[in-house]
Amino acid sequence: MNQAPRAVNTVLLVAAALLVLFPLSGSIFYIQLLTKIMVMAIFAMSLDLLVGYTGLVSLGHAAFFGIAGYAVALMSPKYEAASLWLTLPAAMGVCAAFALLTGALVLRTSGIYFIMVTLAFAQMAYFLFHDTGLGGGSDGVYIYNKPEMKLGDWQVLNLENLNHFYFLVLILMVVVYLLLRRMLDSPFGHALVGIKINEHRMRSLGFPTFRYKLAAYVIAGAIGGMSGYLAALQFGFVNPEILSWHQSGSVLMMVILGGMGSLHGPIIGAFAFVLLQEIFSNQAWFGAAAKHWQLAMGIFIILVALRLPEGLAGLLTKFRLRKTLAYRDR
Amino acid sequence: MDIYFFLIQLLNGLQYGLLLFLVASGLSLIFGIMGIINLAHGSFYMVGAYLAWSLSQQTGNLVVAIALGVVLTVLLGLLLEWLLFRHLYARDHLYQVLLTYGLILVFEELRSLVWGDDVHGVQVPAALNFSLPLTDTLSYPVYRLVMSGVCLAIAAGMYVLIQRTRLGMMIRAGASNREMVQALGINIKLIYTLVFSLGVALAAFAGMLAAPVSSVFPNMGGQVLIICFVVVVIGGIGSVWGAMLAAILIGMADTFGKVLVPEAAGVTVYLLMALVLLWRPEGLFKR
Repeated sequence: MNQAPRAVNTVLLVAAALLVLFPLSGSIFYIQLLTKIMVMAIFAMSLDLLVGYTGLVSLGHAAFFGIAGYAVALMSPKYEAASLWLTLPAAMGVCAAFALLTGALVLRTSGIYFIMVTLAFAQMAYFLFHDTGLGGGSDGVYIYNKPEMKLGDWQVLNLENLNHFYFLVLILMVVVYLLLRRMLDSPFGHALVGIKINEHRMRSLGFPTFRYKLAAYVIAGAIGGMSGYLAALQFGFVNPEILSWHQSGSVLMMVILGGMGSLHGPIIGAFAFVLLQEIFSNQAWFGAAAKHWQLAMGIFIILVALRLPEGLAGLLTKFRLRKTLAYRDR
Repeated sequence: MDIYFFLIQLLNGLQYGLLLFLVASGLSLIFGIMGIINLAHGSFYMVGAYLAWSLSQQTGNLVVAIALGVVLTVLLGLLLEWLLFRHLYARDHLYQVLLTYGLILVFEELRSLVWGDDVHGVQVPAALNFSLPLTDTLSYPVYRLVMSGVCLAIAAGMYVLIQRTRLGMMIRAGASNREMVQALGINIKLIYTLVFSLGVALAAFAGMLAAPVSSVFPNMGGQVLIICFVVVVIGGIGSVWGAMLAAILIGMADTFGKVLVPEAAGVTVYLLMALVLLWRPEGLFKR
């Protein structure tokens, strides 16, 4: 079921190859932009595990993104570099713990109530960082030194280098994609999809559905934390806005826009969402109208909602299908 | 805290709660009956406030402006339902979320193009522009009292409409079983259209009423939207009575939270929601 059609696999391989080759272009602006997009793609994939596969629509996913960001910021000493081998697992571990704790509570509800309780917990995390001195209040915290990746004396990647950081994010995105795909093809993944389709049936078949959902929630939280960690490193700065509900909203929109329940959908969604913002707000192309880029973006989103029942990812398979159908009708 | 100060906070909490009820009841109706999670509901509130500002500039009278504004927003609701929402009833809720998210962006930019990005104040009508003295130093503005009165009147009107009229009966029937209602020969599409534009007009009307108190500013819909979702969920979806109670609860919690524990003012509302939903996972008044 998760075995993506061949056309999709081909497109993904080509895209991955292009991403590997891209730094050769040497354009700093676009390397940074692509890094940002790939971080969001990891974030969106982690949310898709909940929304698209388990049927849990969360409007509080930014909590994990932000908590991991704050975790790495607070763990980084001011004058020396921390170690990535320690801080990344620690940040993801904090997120997993937060997910376990809140998940045990929020998973008691379902449907729109689930949407709202996840939002409630994310908002509480937001105000925790916004209104207390824990993370510098609304001003946020700087990360002065990016963590090091060292094996003994050998520096694997130098994260201060834009290209190295780009490759770290690219590798992690591919790893997350492959791991999630493997997991969703396993009996565990099939059970999650079963829960999405009909939880009562799964429970009467003897599946402890609550534990399955909680496990999915914790995994999604930890991976969401990974993306927040990377985002914090990229910008060298965290503030409460990274866990506001706008952030939770945008990532949900990336998932739906790209296409839920197909891991490549959220990646496409993240690329489309960020690139379109860049394009529509490009003054060289749109002149004075670029100031009103949200109008074009809004109309685009509305058209996708009306015309593409499977999001943008549906386009990959749609044309082939249409061709086949036209052929058969003849 | 002396008794008059307490009374003023009580009135403020009540007034805020009743205003939230106007917005939230529309949201609750649209979700409960049509199954649409309408993220653009806050935008309708904003459109209402800006209409009140620009129409009262042109007509010189807030009451006339509100009357005109209500007619315009009902038409806006009809247009949106016919043009967009009608095509999504059969689809996954999340595509409606996507659609209404797109609408937020569109409304925000249209507002910027038509009315600009400035903050505006709206004059309270001269006849209501005075305060009731409570003590030598404390007084309470009459306009806020009138606001509360109008909100209560509308709540009563909605109760009568939904519980006591033939149309209300059809609306309630349509909420519980769409196919059956259709089979009985009732035009459910028309009912959906009416409910949607009623919801839009309620949100916009709340924005118009609030304009003189809160002033008119960009992105004013976002805050209201989230709080109103909280109200709807605490009250129990589709329950107008629940929305009323939850709105007043939230209004009080927010007002007194700000006065008593200013450090944690942001959290009170969400903490309350989390507690209510953990205690009753489907809101206080499940329909």
